[in-house]
Amino acid sequence: MASVAGRTLAALGCGLVFGLGLTVSGMMNPAKVIGFLDVAGDWDPTLVFVMGGALLVTLPGYRAILKGRRPVLANSFSLPTKKSLDAPLILGSALFGVGWGLVGFCPGPAVAALGLGSLRYSGSSEQ
Amino acid sequence: MEDFTPVSGLVGGLLIGLAVTLMLLLNGRIAGISGIVGGLLTPKGGDTGWRVAFIVGLLIGALAYILAVEGPAPVEVLASPTAILAGGLLVGFGTRLGSGCTSGHGLCGMARISRRSIVATAVFFGVAMLTVFLTRHIF
Repeated sequence: MASVAGRTLAALGCGLVFGLGLTVSGMMNPAKVIGFLDVAGDWDPTLVFVMGGALLVTLPGYRAILKGRRPVLANSFSLPTKKSLDAPLILGSALFGVGWGLVGFCPGPAVAALGLGSLRYSGSSEQ
Repeated sequence: MEDFTPVSGLVGGLLIGLAVTLMLLLNGRIAGISGIVGGLLTPKGGDTGWRVAFIVGLLIGALAYILAVEGPAPVEVLASPTAILAGGLLVGFGTRLGSGCTSGHGLCGMARISRRSIVATAVFFGVAMLTVFLTRHIF
């Protein structure tokens, strides 16, 4: 049971750093994401730096970690096993792309905005 | 390009990358938001706590930055209510059908050099750019 508590605490900490990164990067704001996706408009390349910064850590980090036999707090890695490029992958990703382009919210910022949106709006309406 | 903020973008990206990497190091899990939230809708025994904890942490992290540093950051949604409804449904359905989103495929999958994730990332970035082009410059 101690390891369950450890994994829960680790997830809380990782979520916290993730949320911090989302807000610092400016990607909580759909208008900024649309500014990147709008390559024919007044293009804002910030998202390249966000993805680039994240991959600078995840690429070498994942490589090093997956050489190990197991994660620190669990018995095994829980990784996707599918390898084939099937229709659900392509169709689902395309549908996600349409929705992302329509509004500018992908799941991370959408979840954060759902949880904090009313607070943020109430804060800004007092100005 | 007055809104271009490369430094805060890079710092935020490094933090997101750190969170995703720690999640694999400690729990052995992919930190994909659509997968973490989606797993809550089909709960399995003992598989719920860490998901809730991650989402709570995400909210605390975002809130902490807003309160401590920046004040209420802008959340500017330019889309119409109809487009928001349609967009939300498409993002939810699409990421579940496609097994991932910007974090799961774009960061975790790309870091594993997964062929599925590289293709998925190219598709959703390309289609999103096309959608913005069509809605902003054509219609």
